[in-house]
Amino acid sequence: MASANLAWKILGLLLGAALLAWMLYPSPSRPELTIATVNNADMILMQQLSKEFEKQSGVKLHWVVLGENVLRQRLTIDISTGSNTFDVITIGSYEAPLWGERGWLVPVDDLGADYGYDDIFKVIRQGLSYQGKLYAAPFYGESSFTYYRKDLFEKAGLAMPSEPHYEQIRQFAQRLHDPEHGVYGICLRGEPGWGQNMGYISTLVHTFGGRWFDLDWKPQLTTPAWNEAVSFYVDLLRNYGPPGAITNGYNENRALFANGNCAMWVDATSAASYLLDPSQSRVATTTGFAKAPIAKVPNGAAWVWSWALAIPGSSPRSALAKQFIKWATSRSYIARVGERFGWVWVPPGSRQSTYDNPQYQRAAPFAPLVLDAILHADYTKPSALPVPYVGIQYVGIPEFQAIGTEVGQEISAALAGRVTVEQALALAQADTERAMQGRQLK
Amino acid sequence: MNVISTSKPHRRFHAAPLLAPCVAFLFLWMIVPLAMTLWFSGEHYNLLIPGKSAFAGWENYRSLLATRALWVAMGNTLFLVGLVLLITLVGGTLFSVLLDQDFPGRNICRLLVIAPFFVMPTVSALIWKNMLMNPVFGLFAWITRSCGLGTIEFFSRVPLLSIALIVGWEWTPFAVLILLPALQSLNPELKEAARLDGTGPVALFYHIELPHLLRPMSVVAMMEMIFFLSLFAEIYVTTGGGPGLASTNLAYLIFRDALLGWDVGRASAGGVLAIVLANIVAFFFMRVVGRNLEDYR
Repeated sequence: MASANLAWKILGLLLGAALLAWMLYPSPSRPELTIATVNNADMILMQQLSKEFEKQSGVKLHWVVLGENVLRQRLTIDISTGSNTFDVITIGSYEAPLWGERGWLVPVDDLGADYGYDDIFKVIRQGLSYQGKLYAAPFYGESSFTYYRKDLFEKAGLAMPSEPHYEQIRQFAQRLHDPEHGVYGICLRGEPGWGQNMGYISTLVHTFGGRWFDLDWKPQLTTPAWNEAVSFYVDLLRNYGPPGAITNGYNENRALFANGNCAMWVDATSAASYLLDPSQSRVATTTGFAKAPIAKVPNGAAWVWSWALAIPGSSPRSALAKQFIKWATSRSYIARVGERFGWVWVPPGSRQSTYDNPQYQRAAPFAPLVLDAILHADYTKPSALPVPYVGIQYVGIPEFQAIGTEVGQEISAALAGRVTVEQALALAQADTERAMQGRQLK
Repeated sequence: MNVISTSKPHRRFHAAPLLAPCVAFLFLWMIVPLAMTLWFSGEHYNLLIPGKSAFAGWENYRSLLATRALWVAMGNTLFLVGLVLLITLVGGTLFSVLLDQDFPGRNICRLLVIAPFFVMPTVSALIWKNMLMNPVFGLFAWITRSCGLGTIEFFSRVPLLSIALIVGWEWTPFAVLILLPALQSLNPELKEAARLDGTGPVALFYHIELPHLLRPMSVVAMMEMIFFLSLFAEIYVTTGGGPGLASTNLAYLIFRDALLGWDVGRASAGGVLAIVLANIVAFFFMRVVGRNLEDYR
């Protein structure tokens, strides 16, 4: 009995010592980088290709891959409280200028002459800069346009113009809506959220001639343009959209379209390569593309967004991080993805050289439209009326996440038929006014 | 008597220092987050507006109490708790009575009834949302369509009821887990005697089994209430609190303020109000349940 007890004690001591040694043992001197990124297809490819970067540079990479919303929450908490968990973070064009302004990011405008800053689209660079300084390097960019089913249009004897008008879209949706056979006239984002339904609705409001705020930052949600735009949206989606549209976000709509349930869909250009992939989409050969529809004015009819890599100011390894960012957003990286995975999979929308490449032009029939949309989107002039903000499908102020979320909720209630559009917008106006109170105090 | 009175203080003298670290730890465990929440709820503190945190006094509470969202969320919270309690208690009792019978394949049946409890809430909510209740791909829509009835848009038309159904499906097994053993502990001679006196199955259930189950049922209700007051995953995954505020409960409202608006001050004030609400509900609940138990005894 006593000897057994002794044996246990010795074992415990040994285990404790081993634990202590393991904790105190100096970590290997190989440099490491922790990278937080979003779980988009393009980022997953980057993770696979990064083995090559590890071999070239001798840097060990740690990956934290999260969904868009969770990533945004995690990074915002991380960076605003100044804890340095990550060396490289993936952010969008909404965050980059706001966080750059607060000094939370290290500028990335010194990656070298061979990096080719001039090759990056101007609107994408602008979107990631604050006062002319670039705070994040674009990994890929996107705009929005119209997807439609060539076969259904042909069967009905319709022709999609290359620059459709919203009134035409409504008529097409009416003609093609055939719920008996599981085909709905149009699919649009209905899921509430500033990055979900409000992304789309903001473009709609802008092309109907409206704006979020006037020059005194007074919310404009009860103006006729908002009423017209939201009424149009609710009417279109309730009459010719899929049932249960209020739970459809980007992913749900992409699945519906790929499954052949939608005749039209207005959304991000980055879904195109997925829809053209016959292994994931039933409509790979029958999907057509057109510009984002226009209602009254062309301003803000299509959005611009980019996912970009940035370095938190708190990272002690910013030189190494820059090396990685340079590798991942360079022209040679894009060429490497093209060689290894096929040109349709290269990260789109960031560089002119991608669109000049004949191999990409051949693989991606939608490329000229995307290029056109990105070249014509004006991030600084989203509305025909003068506005104090930048951003097309969002407003570049910190309050917008809260505002977009609440307004998105009110509009989803109108879409579900629980309140009228007027009631929803009156409530949304009140929500927005409350959220902006803090700003007026400044 | 004499022995006990002398030994008791003796024992307490030894126990107090031994208990102290544990009690201190538990106290800190409880008080630190609570104190921080109280502190933050009196601050202007928005993560996206750094350097602007300042004492706010009652401002966060005032602005929260003035919004419609809070009252809607409180109503939704109570409605959800009540409805899911009803579903799980009724469903759990019926399943328990059924599974208490002797029939072939009983063990497999018991296993199947318990199984939903071990599916993660987000997973089961996703399955219900995309495979069962989806109006285009879902099983329910397919069934109603093939009967020629059209489809029900669960999350647009009846969002709270849909969520209650999902949560009820997840938690009925929990009720069965507690009620079935309780039913098995019922003395079989009692039932036999009743049957000899000519009691029918309905009367047997109503007069013998149900009174026997009252106490475990109140235990189930109390434990479930703790979880249902802070329901979140199912709402987050299915409706995102919408349409409008139709399925926003207090937990979701706090999440919205804290993680979508980054307003730590307001979210903390919401948290404090949620604690107050939970205590009020618990107070009345305990009284009602306690009186029931008294009557029963």
